[in-house]
Amino acid sequence: MNALAPLPTLANGVGQCGAREIVQERGQREVFCGLTGIVWLHRKIQDAFFLVVGSRTCAHLIQSAAGVMIFAEPRFATAILEDRDLAGIADIDDELDAVVDRLLARRPEIKLLFLVGSCPSEVIKIDLSRAAARQSRVHAPRVRVLSYSGSGIETTFTQGEDACLAALVPTLPQEASNAPHSLLVVGALADVVEDQFARLFDALGIAPVRFLPMRRAADLPAIGPNASFLLAQPFLGDTAHALQERGARRIEAPFPLGAEGTTLWLRAAADAFGVTQERFDAVTAPARARAEQALTHYRATLAGKRIFLFPDSQLEPALARFLAREAAMEIVEIGTPYLHRRHMASELELLPQDAPIVEGQHVENQLDRCRAARPDLVLCGLGLANPLEAEGFTTKWSIELLFSPIQGYDQAGDLAELFARPLNRRARLEV
Amino acid sequence: MQLTLWTYEGPPHIGAMRVATAMHGLHYVLHAPQGDTYADLLFTMIERRDARPPVTYTTFQARDLGGDTAELFKAAAREAYERFSPQAMIVGASCTAELLQDDPGGLAKALDLPCPVIALELPAYQKKENWGASETFYRLVRGLAGARRHRPQRDRKSCNILGPTALGFRCRDDIREIEKLLAALGVAVNVIAPYGASPQDLTRLGDADFNVVLYPEIALTAAQWLERAHGQPHTRIVPIGVGATRDFVAEVARLADIDPAATLSAESSRLPWYSRSVDSTYLTGKRVFIFGDATHALAAARIAQDELGFKVVGLGTYSREFARDIRAAAESYGVEALVTDDYLEVEAKVAELQPELVLGTQMERHIAKRLGVPCAVISAPVHVQDFPARYSPQMGFEGANVIFDSWVHPLMMGLEEHLLTMFRDDVEFHDGAAPSHLGGKQAPAPVPAAPVQSDIIVAWADEAEKELKKIPFFVRGKARRNTEKFAAERGVATITVETLYDAKAHFAR
Repeated sequence: MNALAPLPTLANGVGQCGAREIVQERGQREVFCGLTGIVWLHRKIQDAFFLVVGSRTCAHLIQSAAGVMIFAEPRFATAILEDRDLAGIADIDDELDAVVDRLLARRPEIKLLFLVGSCPSEVIKIDLSRAAARQSRVHAPRVRVLSYSGSGIETTFTQGEDACLAALVPTLPQEASNAPHSLLVVGALADVVEDQFARLFDALGIAPVRFLPMRRAADLPAIGPNASFLLAQPFLGDTAHALQERGARRIEAPFPLGAEGTTLWLRAAADAFGVTQERFDAVTAPARARAEQALTHYRATLAGKRIFLFPDSQLEPALARFLAREAAMEIVEIGTPYLHRRHMASELELLPQDAPIVEGQHVENQLDRCRAARPDLVLCGLGLANPLEAEGFTTKWSIELLFSPIQGYDQAGDLAELFARPLNRRARLEV
Repeated sequence: MQLTLWTYEGPPHIGAMRVATAMHGLHYVLHAPQGDTYADLLFTMIERRDARPPVTYTTFQARDLGGDTAELFKAAAREAYERFSPQAMIVGASCTAELLQDDPGGLAKALDLPCPVIALELPAYQKKENWGASETFYRLVRGLAGARRHRPQRDRKSCNILGPTALGFRCRDDIREIEKLLAALGVAVNVIAPYGASPQDLTRLGDADFNVVLYPEIALTAAQWLERAHGQPHTRIVPIGVGATRDFVAEVARLADIDPAATLSAESSRLPWYSRSVDSTYLTGKRVFIFGDATHALAAARIAQDELGFKVVGLGTYSREFARDIRAAAESYGVEALVTDDYLEVEAKVAELQPELVLGTQMERHIAKRLGVPCAVISAPVHVQDFPARYSPQMGFEGANVIFDSWVHPLMMGLEEHLLTMFRDDVEFHDGAAPSHLGGKQAPAPVPAAPVQSDIIVAWADEAEKELKKIPFFVRGKARRNTEKFAAERGVATITVETLYDAKAHFAR
């Protein structure tokens, strides 16, 4: 850990040079670990189960991040390591097999089981991929068992989804070498958003279109050298790499946030599939008009307001681009836990040149900068939101951006509304 | 390795955070990997705290493991001291950091910071949240209370109130209620800790004449040490419920050498009268299942039986440290104690016992919802609803009022229950309808077939099955089980209407 001096504020003129300056910061990181992704992934893949091999802390984290006890019977659980496991009194393989047997007996509808590594399982080097292979043999063909790491040592928040999807990629069926050009949309989206995109691709004449993650374990999308893929989320570095290893080609695009982002995202796919500009315009025009109309409602609230984005999900640069270009907000600082330079290239081109990007975190110094800048709105995690509100700031909690449908034309207004609501609320309250 | 869906308690360092967050002027430096900062949101969201917990995490990652995580810890501790200038610090490791064996205590000592630094050893793979809170509080008290001192004879005795923490069940309001009670008795309060105390305050603990232990899970160890080291006796009775509050008043009066008569005669609880008023008759013998931390579960059982006239059919706790107390109490109620931290085991027990009311934690609220049984929350683990805006203590005479309301409210109202027993087929007023004062729309989830012992194989005649349906749903499961047991014991192969009523007579309360 080093004690970086507080960054110069915007007024001092950071990032004026042509090549964008990215400040890297190290210190306390106020972010979730990758296990948190289970909270939405276990709902997305409806017959999958996530078994964390970890500590009581892991179990407590997921249940707290999920909002304690929202779900009657969640499709996730924790195999909690105890002293006897660590001391080598119990054989970890036997213990884990017994837990999995018990779990699968209880949940016969489960078709896909993920063994999810955690900080302690990594530190004591439990080989979950070997365990998954062994259990897959035992439980085949009823259940497939895969493994990935969601540990905070390896992954930050949304990187857990990346690790999960990357673990799925080697299991995807191989397309025939003469298969037609296909499109794979990668990254968990709300079902409603996925359906909207499927309709748009269909109208554009792009087919076949498949989605990863799939809703049912059996519906693994096929992949091969004739497949192109389009990232729907910015945090999928390892998944993209694994897909490229399988011969698929990545379509470069910004992310489908806001009307502009969605258009550019769809346009990139349309170009890859030879869709004409006329057809593209004809298909997307009605939805674009709707998005524009919806955005107009919120622009009055957001325009000219200054926003500070704390690092959370890696969505931050894309969100800032949307807020700056489509809601006319002023960007004070864009924090991101990690910046995937290549996948973010299109986003960075669109971002205002003077918007400072800080990769990593030193939460105390960042709070100092935030306080000094006095932004109108702060995007931050749940640990910071109420304390900042109590200091007089208006905040938007960032985790909601992972739990809400925000991508695509028909959610552009909803996305703006998520940022406008805290400002509206503050304006309404007279107490 | 233990398979866990939901946990009643977090790891022990969360307990340490509950103590640190309740205090001011104390800072906790926690050696922990990235992600463990999730714990902050428990306090800022569930309890709606307006400040971050006073915790600095090292948030190490993979790249740090190759390097020097000990150095990382030292830098974090040094920086935390410089930034927050605490009166004292506690240092320790979370589960993953424990495996690294960096020895935060030794490292902090080597830093030679200009404030007391107390090292915590909280074995994360053996112990849990409440133990962690108790151990942390004990270490703080032991480290800061200083040497035994001479206490001058005073007219007005003084006490410390020990045990309330952040994220505790109604601690905020219990403190106020107990302060009022002590003021009425003429006992001065010296220090309340950990809630609202500073390390400086802890150095004054020894000035009090005795200690009031509100939450034994958190404060008993510290109070026992204070008794040995400072000669301060402590209270044993937790004042939840009218009877316990009266006993508590008497106990405090004895420790303070004063007469409790005035305080007892000014007792303000409405519970005794509400319970005696005739409209409460229908509460008689209601079958209640109780599960929570030991303190609240024990108190709830006493109130349920002695003050509301319920029948305790199940009593349990996740506080293994207090298993003996729960077992003893359970025996006195004629039930078997359930000591477990396995949510599924509790669920199976509730399904088996078919209670008419569940008193539990947020977990049991969930179980009860699934099983269609009314429920009131009596204990941590908590969620945001357990921090109501209004004054809502559990302790003292006002606490008893709150308890009466919050336990009776989820039940069907008396007249409604009677009518339901008489007329079951009214379109609006049938079995499946929820209590009318609770919205009255959706039927509670059907009680799943009770896990009937597989050795009972008896058939039901159609007529008997129809007759069974005339029994209100909230006791139907019990009636079915009893009848089947009755039939099986007598070798009756097919249950008839006659068998049903024979069984009813046999099991009549």
